[in-house]
Amino acid sequence: MSEPLIEIRDLRKIYRVGRVDVPALRGVDLDVPPGEFLAIVGPSGSGKSTLFHIIGGLTPSSGGTVRIGGQDISSLTDAGRTQLRKDKVGFVFQKFNLLPNLTAADNIAVARHIAGRSQAVDPEFEGLLKLLGISERLNHKPAALSGGEQQRVAIARAIVNHPAILLADEPTGNLDSENSAAVLDVMRDLNRRLRQTILMITHNPEAAAFAHRTVRMRDGRIVE
Amino acid sequence: MTARLVLENLKHKPMRSLLSVFLIAIPVTLILCLVGLSRGMLEDSARRERGIGADIIVRPPQTSVMTLSGAPIPEKLVDAIQRQPHVALAMGVIVHPVTSVTFVSGIDMPRFNQMSGGFKYLEGGPFRGPDDLIVDEYYAQQHKLHAGDQVTDILNHRWHISGVVEGGKLAHLSVPIHTLQDLTGNTNKVSQIFVKAGNPADIPMVMAELKANTFLPDYNIYTMEEFTSLLTVENVGGLNTFIHVMVAIGVVIGFAVVLLSMYMAVLQRTREIGILKALGASRWFILKIILAEAVVMGVAGTVVGIGLSFVARALILALYPASLTQAITPDWWPKAAIISLAGVLLGALYPGLSAAAQDPIEALAYE
Repeated sequence: MSEPLIEIRDLRKIYRVGRVDVPALRGVDLDVPPGEFLAIVGPSGSGKSTLFHIIGGLTPSSGGTVRIGGQDISSLTDAGRTQLRKDKVGFVFQKFNLLPNLTAADNIAVARHIAGRSQAVDPEFEGLLKLLGISERLNHKPAALSGGEQQRVAIARAIVNHPAILLADEPTGNLDSENSAAVLDVMRDLNRRLRQTILMITHNPEAAAFAHRTVRMRDGRIVE
Repeated sequence: MTARLVLENLKHKPMRSLLSVFLIAIPVTLILCLVGLSRGMLEDSARRERGIGADIIVRPPQTSVMTLSGAPIPEKLVDAIQRQPHVALAMGVIVHPVTSVTFVSGIDMPRFNQMSGGFKYLEGGPFRGPDDLIVDEYYAQQHKLHAGDQVTDILNHRWHISGVVEGGKLAHLSVPIHTLQDLTGNTNKVSQIFVKAGNPADIPMVMAELKANTFLPDYNIYTMEEFTSLLTVENVGGLNTFIHVMVAIGVVIGFAVVLLSMYMAVLQRTREIGILKALGASRWFILKIILAEAVVMGVAGTVVGIGLSFVARALILALYPASLTQAITPDWWPKAAIISLAGVLLGALYPGLSAAAQDPIEALAYE
């Protein structure tokens, strides 16, 4: 078995709410090899999103270690986590989170701009846009796109800089079954064609079935 | 891409952007109008003084360039100066305020004609009686007056308008010198004396002779060139300070407008800031966008403010041509831009820093 791309040991996160410490993660251990499509399921409050936020560098952990490609990200500063988000992680959110003032093309371009890359995308990415079925919709603003189209634009934006990991938080949560299937197909395709490592949070067992492996979380721990 | 982001943000809420630009423009216009009025009024005074055609001006002791109160000079000094060698003509003029910005000149018409070449009459003609009044075109336009009209609101006296003349010589209103002297209790006195040398080359000599004369002790004697060059904002007591206060108010207004506008924009865009942070945008990137947006509004506000100063000038010309003269002051445009940019940058700093410091998770959860 290859070296894990993501190696998590005894990961803990405690949120302070007022004067009360609320543990969100209570010692998570997880290995994700490169190229894996992993689904994470579990009830609300089980710590799925917190785990994502830590892997994605949106928040620091309170204890334990997270290694991505051998780099320990638990000790990163705010600037270091910003760099991590820029270089290694792409996010797809349940609410799409496209910038409403920009066209689909500009939403993708802004990710390249932030990463310090040229605005011109490579031919391989042009092919991906066709795969995503949004090449003809790039000059529209999010308000003019359907939910499924918005989510596919969000996927394009998340992978335009070739991140090591694609983190998808309930990517089909706001979509009907047809659009859900289309988005999941695209993600599976990306995983197969590009060996894109994908971690996907979902409540939907049908969505989880698209992944190679499913882990279940409960009360801040991985239970199976 | 940053420019696109800034532009799209501004376009996204056009009313907010336009209102902010307009509010930033107001202090710019205020500053430009204030400076323009100060300079315009002084330039107008200088132009009117030059229009008399004198080479030298003699003013009473203890008067500054800007002040002229009453008529303390005995009229006999006019004749004494007239008798000096190399002096072609000496003319005493009495000046009296009608309002805070309008004055009436009492003149000796034959001498005035000799010194200045006379008025150019647009209507009517010279004085025919002691109660005759000549108004210039600006005063006539503002007060809707014509030759032949009667007016009673000047020094509570009934005047007959004998003529309407082209502006640019003396005050807006001219009356016979003896009438004004008697009306103001200054019989046989004048406010200042204009002197014309026999030959322009003689001016330094006449100056030296007048200054050496014992009958003009402590009098202020200037060449006309010297005198008009002293009619500047710096020589008006307190005006510079007033302008500085207005500039400070301009910065404060620009600051407050942009602070509120950008603070509101940052609140409205909390989620978008979260998205940018999730994409790996640094604090500086976020701050840069907010500051750039403020700078665009500041520059637009300055341009609109400059445009509005032209509108203000046109309005003043149309409504108060005799009372106020506003100069257009292009040398103040960069200063106004710096003032408004200082205000907007200060105003955008706090919203920008708070946006940059936002927690990405909280920002993404913002509804």
